[in-house]
Amino acid sequence: MYDNLFSPASVEQALTCLRNEIPFAIWETFYVTVLSTALAVVLGLPLGVLLVVGEKGGVLPLPGWLMKILNILINLLRSIPFLILMIMVFPLSRLLIGTTVGTTATIVPLVVAAFPFIARLVESSLREVDPNIIEAAQSMGATPMQIICKVMIPESVPSLMSNVTIALTTILGYSAMSGIIGGGGLGKIAINYGYYRYKYLVMLVAVILLIILVQIFQSVGTRLAVKSDKRLKH
Amino acid sequence: MIEIKNLYKTFSSGDDRVDALRDISLTIADGDVYGIIGMSGAGKSTLVRCINMLERPTSGAVIVDGKDMGTLSTSQLRDARREITMIFQQFNLLMQRTCLQNVCFPMELSGVKKAAARKRAMELMELVGLPDKAGAYPAQLSGGQQQRVAIARALATDPKVLLCDEATSALDPNTTHQILSLIRDINAKMGITVVVITHQMSVVKEICKHVAILDHGTVAEEGLVSAVFAAPKSEAARRLVFPDRVDEQVSNPHSEGQLRVIFRDAKTTSIPLVARMARELGIMANVISATTQPIDGETYGSMLLGVPHDQMESALAFLGSIPNMTVEEVTDLV
Ligand SMILES: Nc1ncnc2c1ncn2[C@@H]1O[C@H](COP(=O)(O)OP(=O)(O)OP(=O)(O)O)[C@@H](O)[C@H]1O
Ligand SMILES: [Mg+2]
Repeated sequence: MYDNLFSPASVEQALTCLRNEIPFAIWETFYVTVLSTALAVVLGLPLGVLLVVGEKGGVLPLPGWLMKILNILINLLRSIPFLILMIMVFPLSRLLIGTTVGTTATIVPLVVAAFPFIARLVESSLREVDPNIIEAAQSMGATPMQIICKVMIPESVPSLMSNVTIALTTILGYSAMSGIIGGGGLGKIAINYGYYRYKYLVMLVAVILLIILVQIFQSVGTRLAVKSDKRLKH
Repeated sequence: MIEIKNLYKTFSSGDDRVDALRDISLTIADGDVYGIIGMSGAGKSTLVRCINMLERPTSGAVIVDGKDMGTLSTSQLRDARREITMIFQQFNLLMQRTCLQNVCFPMELSGVKKAAARKRAMELMELVGLPDKAGAYPAQLSGGQQQRVAIARALATDPKVLLCDEATSALDPNTTHQILSLIRDINAKMGITVVVITHQMSVVKEICKHVAILDHGTVAEEGLVSAVFAAPKSEAARRLVFPDRVDEQVSNPHSEGQLRVIFRDAKTTSIPLVARMARELGIMANVISATTQPIDGETYGSMLLGVPHDQMESALAFLGSIPNMTVEEVTDLV
């Protein structure tokens, strides 16, 4: 399938595509990824906090059955393959956005897929906070809310940042898949040219751009996480 | 005043039960520096955590300034905790905040205005001798410096009581000495009652007025530090005051018994005990260990003697007749 990859015709076509479609596709991918991640953090962060503080012996213990339901729900959502999830949330997309196709509509399945994942990442970040520091805050008369907002979250900022970076790059990959339900972006270009029209060079270009985007997100995220960590002497 | 009355604490998980504290009753006067000493696992941390209800006692009461801590509502307890602050072995500073922000933290919790909190925090940083570290992060400080910041933080809410759980155990002897002096100054200047948890007799000797010896969850002995040192009554106290470990190579318990001799003041130390026993009574005592230490300007010493079983009684009578000296037969060889 890669025989005539660099024939003059296909190079010509790739260049045209690079000029006309790719810049906008990069923007679409970027905006869908960042917006979906941001919304997923809005849902996933409180949920992750609940998973940690709500357990027995936590800062704000919740009823055991509630914790069980939360955990099952998260595991359930996380075990649905994204391809199928995209179709399953059509009614929700219609309700929220008014349509099930198009770039903006793909944000709905992305957020639904990502927030349980982020909740788990937040959970693991918060568990890294030294329990002795939490106890010290309790010994000073901190309320559960103060412990969450002034101790647990601020103390785990570096870890939260690197975990959100992981989420961001994962969501970037998922957003490419949403080309199948009419979402725009680099994924759509790769699928349209590569899968439907056998123009593999364009597909390759789109994939390489996706890789570059992942690299950029990852290195910026890692750098910010390290920079924010005051435990390191620098 | 802190009154601890018939305190029990049992940890149970499934079939396992650990009686960490059994019928503890203590009174700690205002302005005192009170030591609680014991071996690892004796229940020291559990006891101190019961004072501010970080650990709920199984039964019994803790009364601080007339308030029964166990009966306070959650919000009353939070207020009470601002008056009973704590420092820890591992300092437990917020690592993502600067030192000044750490000292501001308890004031932030109680709603003190930011500018006022910063001003007070700066004063406290000066008090603990680290005004130039206000903007540094805890990771940039040494252990001793971190403990100073923790002390400043503990003083931020103007507490009446400062609880120190092994506050110097992670520090070297020199730094320990400096931190203890700081704590003593704070006690003297501000009149804050200090409760010092430690497993080191040297710490008690250096700053405490009173001491309680905790042994397997009970108070083995309690009183003025000088009194407990002069005449430790309980086995646990003697073990702590004069930690002489004896093994079979030094003394064979089958062929000889052991006497522990404790004596006070320099004149007694100059009596040639062993030589006199040998000449006057013909007892060939074997010195297993001997130590002396100055406490409160007096010299205290202890000696562990190996004495043949058949001469035990006459040795006991001889040593018991010497002033300023207590003697007893050691039955449980450690
Ligand atoms: N949360 C807990 N659950 C079960 N057992 C506990 C718990 N906390 C303490 N214990 C037990 O209670 C006893 C006293 O523990 P504690 O921590 O008070 O000892 P300690 O005197 O402070 O010892 P150390 O000098 O090692 O700090 C120990 O046997 C310990 O195993
Ligand atoms: Mg302890």
